[in-house]
Amino acid sequence: MKTTIAHLKRGQRALIKEITSDSIPLKLLEMGCLPGNEVELLQTAPFKCPMYLTINGSHLAIRKEIAAQIEVQII
Amino acid sequence: MAKQIKVSLIGNPNTGKTSVFNLLTGLNQQVGNYPGITVEKKEGICKLSRGVKAHILDLPGTYSLNASSLDENVVIELLLNKKDKDFPDVAVVVSDVENLKRNLLLFTQIKDLEIPTILVINMADRMNRKGITLNIEVLEKELNTKIALVSARKKEGIDELKKLIESYALLPKTPCVNALTFAPDYFESLQKTFPNESLYKLWLVITQDVNFRKIDKQNLDITPDFKIKSENELKRLQQKETIKRYQFINNVLKQGLVVDEKAATGTRAKLDRVLTHKFWGYFIFFGILLLIFQAIYDWSSYPMDMIDEGFAWLSEVTKSMLPAGPFVDLITEGIIPGLGGIVIFIPQIAFLFLFISILEESGYMSRVVFLMDRVMRRFGLSGKSVVPLVSGTACAIPAVMATRNIENWKERLITILVVPFTTCAARLPVYLIIITLVIPDEKVGWVFSYQSLTLMFLYFLGFGTAVGSAWMLNKILKIKNKSYFVIEMPGYKVPLFKNVAINVVEKTKAFIFGAGKIILAISIILWVLASFGPNDKFNNAEENITQEYADLSQEEQDHKLASYKLEHSFIGYAGKAIEPIVAPLGYDWKIGIGIISSFAAREVFVGTLATIYSVGSDEEETIKNRMAAEINPKTGGPLFNFASGISLLLFYAFAMQCMSTLAIVKRETNSWKWPMAQLVFMSVLAYTIALIAYQVLK
Repeated sequence: MKTTIAHLKRGQRALIKEITSDSIPLKLLEMGCLPGNEVELLQTAPFKCPMYLTINGSHLAIRKEIAAQIEVQII
Repeated sequence: MAKQIKVSLIGNPNTGKTSVFNLLTGLNQQVGNYPGITVEKKEGICKLSRGVKAHILDLPGTYSLNASSLDENVVIELLLNKKDKDFPDVAVVVSDVENLKRNLLLFTQIKDLEIPTILVINMADRMNRKGITLNIEVLEKELNTKIALVSARKKEGIDELKKLIESYALLPKTPCVNALTFAPDYFESLQKTFPNESLYKLWLVITQDVNFRKIDKQNLDITPDFKIKSENELKRLQQKETIKRYQFINNVLKQGLVVDEKAATGTRAKLDRVLTHKFWGYFIFFGILLLIFQAIYDWSSYPMDMIDEGFAWLSEVTKSMLPAGPFVDLITEGIIPGLGGIVIFIPQIAFLFLFISILEESGYMSRVVFLMDRVMRRFGLSGKSVVPLVSGTACAIPAVMATRNIENWKERLITILVVPFTTCAARLPVYLIIITLVIPDEKVGWVFSYQSLTLMFLYFLGFGTAVGSAWMLNKILKIKNKSYFVIEMPGYKVPLFKNVAINVVEKTKAFIFGAGKIILAISIILWVLASFGPNDKFNNAEENITQEYADLSQEEQDHKLASYKLEHSFIGYAGKAIEPIVAPLGYDWKIGIGIISSFAAREVFVGTLATIYSVGSDEEETIKNRMAAEINPKTGGPLFNFASGISLLLFYAFAMQCMSTLAIVKRETNSWKWPMAQLVFMSVLAYTIALIAYQVLK
């Protein structure tokens, strides 16, 4: 199974692997969600959705279904 | 008049763009709407040296030129259309020193449109605290622009910015990133077809089709019927473009920006740990909601009472100063109370927007969205719908206006449509009087009485109906939505007083001049209907009454007269005309009039009944006794019994009886379609439920 942002635990960091899915909104890429950039899970709302992250220095919240499409490597 | 320099202020949300705008223009600003859409348009005049002026347009905040919302679309439509009267001579891109990397993405896009561009790096006062050092010279050289280092909070750097705007003609127009590098083959052939156009501009025109919505290409000089790749290929290219831009930006920042992580201090992480906490986060949020509710419900009642009395006094004084006649009556009984009906909402609107601006400015609102998104999404609402729904419990008007923060149009529309179900303050007087009439004043257990439980049930009913209809509307409404849930969680800031104050004033003005006109017009119509009658009975009312009740005191005669006149006025006949319709709900024609006149505002019901039952004062006790004595001619029993009372309560809970709300919904949705749908749906629902209730209970 692929590891995605949805699998991160609070405080865990990871590197974004390739972005393959077309359903990831461009806006997310423009906010820094690009291959090679670091992502850290800061906080989740109940039921792990939405997820509050820092990506490439930006602080963002995204819904779990999008997070589950971004493949990462935990560091 | 000398030519004004046209300036567009562009930037990511949360960069302090509005603060810069406020500093440049002072109070010299205007807020309107873009034609045909409900995106706010803010413009102002900035005085430069030697009598030169700049016209500043504050464009909606956007993260990039690839639009994903109506707001963002405004920016791109302007920048692509050189013929637009607002097309800028110079673009000022506002960025935040802490998020420079992300902010520069938009900057490079604007720059690539070959528009003269100034970069403002705002929040310079936070540099020390965050351990940031900038090499402005290097950045200016690498980005091919002029930079103004500004601190809107400390009001520093604005003069430098003004100077740069003044000498905009000297700014280089060279692009930052060569579009050829995105996909060499494709762009080369594009360049051959349109040799005179900026490559990036061509690219934007082509790709807008896969973005938010197609743009009207007829306004543009270029029409690339040049075909074009599949949507997926275009999306791939957009991704590639984004990567290329970040490569460029990373390169520039490597030379011009140093961040010393060790020197960085921040309260953000500590605050977030509490404010987005699974328990404390909600606890604090509900505390804040309670405070807002308290302000709108309780604190604003003082100025509202003063306004109410003020206008009543004004009516009296005008009446005594001018000669009697229909024209003076129109002023004192139609126009002045109509104006009063508008002004009375100002305290509530001002309070609500005071809180909302503070929450927005401080960065807390994003945390609310984070906390509430999952719950609200089930019902087709957004995390941001919470504040409008709760403030709707005070008054639907500011609540509808507060939905502007919801970017997603479908979620915003649903919120607007369901807000009027929440129990607003105007329903309260009606509820109270009916409850005391028909619900026994007995205790259940130790603490609660049936009466207070009924009231609480009505509040829950309102909220439940709002959420339930949202769920239904979400299934029914087919609105294409390309807006995704990606929200920025900005750093916490102490709100700037000036920004908050300007926002409160603007929102209040928008209400007065937007919805106010319609409210005034309808109040005048209602007054005319109540003050004139179709036949002699109305015109000779005075004689008839004085003859018939000659032995009564002057005061009692006046009450009889008022109620007789109302009975034979247009509105009185309207009440009788609808009697067959409302009779199955257990009402007579008098309640019918009450319902019709409630359309001006629900609380008018009590006052109207007071007039009809010819009770002089609108003291609750007197009206109550009078109403309790009323007999239903058909059944012979009391008119206000348990069945008709419950039916009336339910009718008021569901019916859309507030022209002010309809007016503001029209303003916010820019069409009569939605307020009319609301009116029909809510009235039908109210009628049906009240009918069922009465028929079952009687």
